Amino acid sequence: MERLHIKQEINITEALMERINELLSHYPADKKKSALLPVLHDVQDAHDNWLSIELMDKVAEILEIKPIEVYEVVSFYTMFNQRPIGKYMFEFCQTSPCCLRGVENLMDYTCDKLGVKVGEPTADGMFEVRGVECLGACGYAPMMQLGDFFQENLTKDKIDQLIADCRDNKVILHDK
Amino acid sequence: MSKKILLEKASIPGIKTYEVYRQNGGYASVEKALKSMTPDEVVEEVKTSGLRGRGGAGFPTGMKWSFIDKKSGKPRHLVCNADESEPGTFKDRFLMEYIPHLLIEGMITSSYALEANLSYIYIRGEYMWVYKILERAIKEAYAAGWLGKNILGTGYNLDLYVHCGGGAYICGEETALIESLEGKRGNPRIKPPFPAVSGLWANPTVVNNVESIAAVPWIVNNMGAEYAKIGIGRSTGTKLISASGHIKNPGVYEIELGLSVDEFMNSDEYLGGMIDDRPLKAFVPGGSSVPVLPANLIYKTANGEDRLMSYESLSDGGFATGSMLGSGGFIVYNDTACIVRNTWNFSRFYHHESCGQCSPCREGTGWLEKVLHRIENGHGREEDIDLLWSIQSKIEGNTICPLGDAAAWPVAAAIRHFRDEFEYHVRFPEKIKNRDHFVNEPFEKVRHLVGKQTV
Repeated sequence: MERLHIKQEINITEALMERINELLSHYPADKKKSALLPVLHDVQDAHDNWLSIELMDKVAEILEIKPIEVYEVVSFYTMFNQRPIGKYMFEFCQTSPCCLRGVENLMDYTCDKLGVKVGEPTADGMFEVRGVECLGACGYAPMMQLGDFFQENLTKDKIDQLIADCRDNKVILHDK
Repeated sequence: MSKKILLEKASIPGIKTYEVYRQNGGYASVEKALKSMTPDEVVEEVKTSGLRGRGGAGFPTGMKWSFIDKKSGKPRHLVCNADESEPGTFKDRFLMEYIPHLLIEGMITSSYALEANLSYIYIRGEYMWVYKILERAIKEAYAAGWLGKNILGTGYNLDLYVHCGGGAYICGEETALIESLEGKRGNPRIKPPFPAVSGLWANPTVVNNVESIAAVPWIVNNMGAEYAKIGIGRSTGTKLISASGHIKNPGVYEIELGLSVDEFMNSDEYLGGMIDDRPLKAFVPGGSSVPVLPANLIYKTANGEDRLMSYESLSDGGFATGSMLGSGGFIVYNDTACIVRNTWNFSRFYHHESCGQCSPCREGTGWLEKVLHRIENGHGREEDIDLLWSIQSKIEGNTICPLGDAAAWPVAAAIRHFRDEFEYHVRFPEKIKNRDHFVNEPFEKVRHLVGKQTV
């Protein structure tokens, strides 16, 4: 329960609220709860890619639903993070078709290069390596998700380049 | 044998934009349907076409449409299932990424047929950049008057939105998808009632796969009888196949149903044969859930007939010697692949993705994963193989939704066709310690050892 004590600065900016209202307009006025998943994505993206209890409570307030209705959804779906994560999260697909094209060895290479284990962020909080299930890119394996985008047909050289680009702040994470 | 219906225009430069799509005949089916056909006439054409659901189950689309409750007077909805997550499957993404307006056109024409005025495309959250492509394309369609109030002056109203998921394979099951669209956990519902009677917000709802909806414009433009002439027997039309694994040309292909597996695998127009020209060991023709088949059952059925890319031919022989067309997720394995490792990998996937409602699936998928993990890592016991068989047989058919079956079938097929590989793992643990064990020494070279008991 360590994560309960990690403070997160909550900032629902005007632009974010405008986006939330646009999403709400996609559903009947009495079905605000339906907007929960799309809203959580945008709120999480604007808050260093994780959702604290306080932030989930804020989402519940905006959608006029009970906090438990947000917690139970956040804990069900793998894309929502309940703890701070590395800024650049390398989410390697580790399902069979990617394994046939060598993703396991490539994950080992990436972890060694960053000096981390799977699921542990680097000390500076810049990187994290995670194994996830099929991302729907089997023909372009091995691959990973980085922010909103897929990095496909990966090689060791491409990993090196990607890490360098992240360090140089050249990688766009979200398409807004 | 290279009829194109869905991807015919996908390579036109700029086809992602509304202008280019429209200049190339886009949205003609909306004009034709709204101005000269009744909704029920559109349903009839889709019935006549023989189009079958392209998400994996292969249920006739027109028949599914005819079940929707139009009498209660409740609002109706069409929901497009773009939660593509079946391992091996990446075809819908290709279609949405390269020709997004085809899906939007299909959504409008199909919504009209169902007399729905509020429809959604539910896309998996990991396809976030595709979500943005669709969001922009929908805005273009609104601006050009294809969506909104009184479309083309016909009095028909339709609002269409794209909705993103949060990373859960189970949401590809239609009632879980509806739950998720209502802002809840993706727990499948007990049926009946079926969505056609009580779906999204308890309103009559049809859920269709991306590829099924994208076929509707062609059917309306050219009529169902023309569509039914394409393909073979009850497998009418074309199908997108996403190919991966040990082949020369992985990617997405549109094939006419009835193409031979041999031609699809080996011709340069399609997969171009095996990578590095290594021997073919096995294939999974329709996504991870369908049975894996060994090399001797791939090009020919057990009766010695040519195996074709069709619903009927791929399932010829039942599960004893056949498989399924499924989603068209075509995964190919050469002699360096380990069937035990692959089966463990799939079981881990299903364990991770089980929603947890039904005990046989929640517990059973975990047991399958654990037992397979210990066999693959050299700690297996002789009786584990029968234990796996027993577990999978107790999951199959005993759950609310088909995820249980999907978890059971790959394990059953692997044991049915590759039992000696499991025995090898149990009897020679020292030889399989390295995860690349068959890369270094393909099973064919050590198969003769299996008959000899160690210790």
